[in-house]
Amino acid sequence: MIEAIRLALIVFFVVVGLFFTFVSATGVIRLPDVFSRAHTASQADTLGAGFALAAVALTIGWETASIKTVLLLFFIFVTNPTAAHAIARAAYEEGIEPWTQGDERR
Amino acid sequence: MTFVETNLVAGFTVGEFLLVAAALFVSLAVMMLYRAIKGPTNQDRVLAVNVLGTNTVVILALLGAALGEPWFLDVALVYALLNFLMAVAISKFTVERGGVI
Repeated sequence: MIEAIRLALIVFFVVVGLFFTFVSATGVIRLPDVFSRAHTASQADTLGAGFALAAVALTIGWETASIKTVLLLFFIFVTNPTAAHAIARAAYEEGIEPWTQGDERR
Repeated sequence: MTFVETNLVAGFTVGEFLLVAAALFVSLAVMMLYRAIKGPTNQDRVLAVNVLGTNTVVILALLGAALGEPWFLDVALVYALLNFLMAVAISKFTVERGGVI
């Protein structure tokens, strides 16, 4: 019983992680300017990576390696939005104009 | 029999499921190369490489779980650290005043 729940949770986490990573990849390719791309790269990609790493931690089980996986999860949760913020701010300070409705895509 | 060799559905094990998921993550990471090559500004390229690096960390963790090699996770930790350092360093040193965080 508990094994079946564990298997179902692993499948669910991997599928949801793949979905959010797909959303992030689509956003980085399709969105019009660097600020909206930074937005999708920080949020959707962090969530997708978090779900996939949770599935990895569940697969490994009670071992030292799963503690490393959870630390990796928290590290990505902290650093990924910080990096996207730094990139977006560097873009703003270089004088890149944010996209507004009606502009052409860049 | 380890947990990775547990039967998931009809002869399809958990390890094989994680390997298929890793392959799909690789194809999503390769999609980022479009933005890294085309991206009109330098920041677009840094952002695409940052997302690619996050996907690489996830791929390494999935492979480490699927193949039963826990030391892949150490590589993934170092890669995540270098990825963050790369993004912050490039965005800090391409701006004149340098106060990006």
